[in-house]
Amino acid sequence: MIIYGVSILAFCTLSGIYLGDLIGIMIGVKSNVGGVGIAMLLLITLAHFPKKIFHIDEISQKGVIFWSAMYIPIIVAMAAKQNAVAALAAGPVALTAGILAVAFSFAMIPVLMRFSKSEDHKK
Amino acid sequence: MILDALYALAAKNSLLVAFTFVGITIWISYKLSKHLTKGRLHGSAIAIAIGLLLAYLSGKSTGGSKGLADIELFSGVAIMGGGMFRDFAIVATAFGVHVEDLKKAGVVGIASIFIGVILSFSVGAIVAVSFGYTDPVIISTIGAGAATYIVGPVTGAALGASSDIIALSIAAGLVKSILVMISTPLVANKIGLNNPTAAMIYGGLMGTTSGVSAGLAATDPKLVPYGAMTATFYTGVGCLLAPSVLYLIIVQLMG
Repeated sequence: MIIYGVSILAFCTLSGIYLGDLIGIMIGVKSNVGGVGIAMLLLITLAHFPKKIFHIDEISQKGVIFWSAMYIPIIVAMAAKQNAVAALAAGPVALTAGILAVAFSFAMIPVLMRFSKSEDHKK
Repeated sequence: MILDALYALAAKNSLLVAFTFVGITIWISYKLSKHLTKGRLHGSAIAIAIGLLLAYLSGKSTGGSKGLADIELFSGVAIMGGGMFRDFAIVATAFGVHVEDLKKAGVVGIASIFIGVILSFSVGAIVAVSFGYTDPVIISTIGAGAATYIVGPVTGAALGASSDIIALSIAAGLVKSILVMISTPLVANKIGLNNPTAAMIYGGLMGTTSGVSAGLAATDPKLVPYGAMTATFYTGVGCLLAPSVLYLIIVQLMG
């Protein structure tokens, strides 16, 4: 049933964020430490469990896949509700950060390629 | 009278109004992508840009701080784009991840994901500091935004950043995504982006799935699955590292 998938997804999200909150309290920062990332790891782990122990059947999977397909629309809604007027006052910082991040990442490709080739050589 | 009834209906069903509205926005964006840019600029990037633009225009006209959601008719946008649905949908994207793909990507592919997240975060953080920001929460949120427009708001929300800083992080990620889409075919030859291994490294370093898919499609469609394979892991790694280890490092560095 589709609700099984939705339920598993909700469980993973809640557990991950809860763990993130707990880690934040433990290390003494007032924030959620990696909760969404932990939730993703939980979901991946559950999805890769041996089928005999835990199996999400095809219809239940649709309950997860639906929400994964909703993520761009939700990001669009999220963008539309931000304080963009205040952000524009600091606009150049976003533009600079975006451009430089791309430039540096492109520059790393040849470096990693060389590393990859020397790895092949060793084999 | 007819309008009053319509407004009353919209107020009671604000989330449904938001679904309808965002659906139309995305439909228009994909049409624009196809007809104006021949698919070069991915529809999702155009839609997010329109979202930010609407937030700006609404903010200007209402003087509020919640963008489009300050207009009563569109108050449901705040629910749809709120923290609960955002986290729920982002976690759901992890479901499509195949762990077997990581083995195919090899050591260099996996390394490229981590290097990519840390590199973009660092660049964004340094830019934030050079613009005079000293608050570790702001620096980390902008750094995370330079990773992707997902990692930015997830980090900002986790650390308690304000809405304008989260908007900045979305904008930084959006600039990155659009730039990757446009520039990839132009620089592909120079950086040797013409084989599956290079495409996997490229996907891991860039991380913006929409940017990587559109960029590779314009370069060589056969390379798309290789780039997308590593790029899909990037957001997860970013959501894990940015609001934890990377933020704590920034706290230490900023004293």
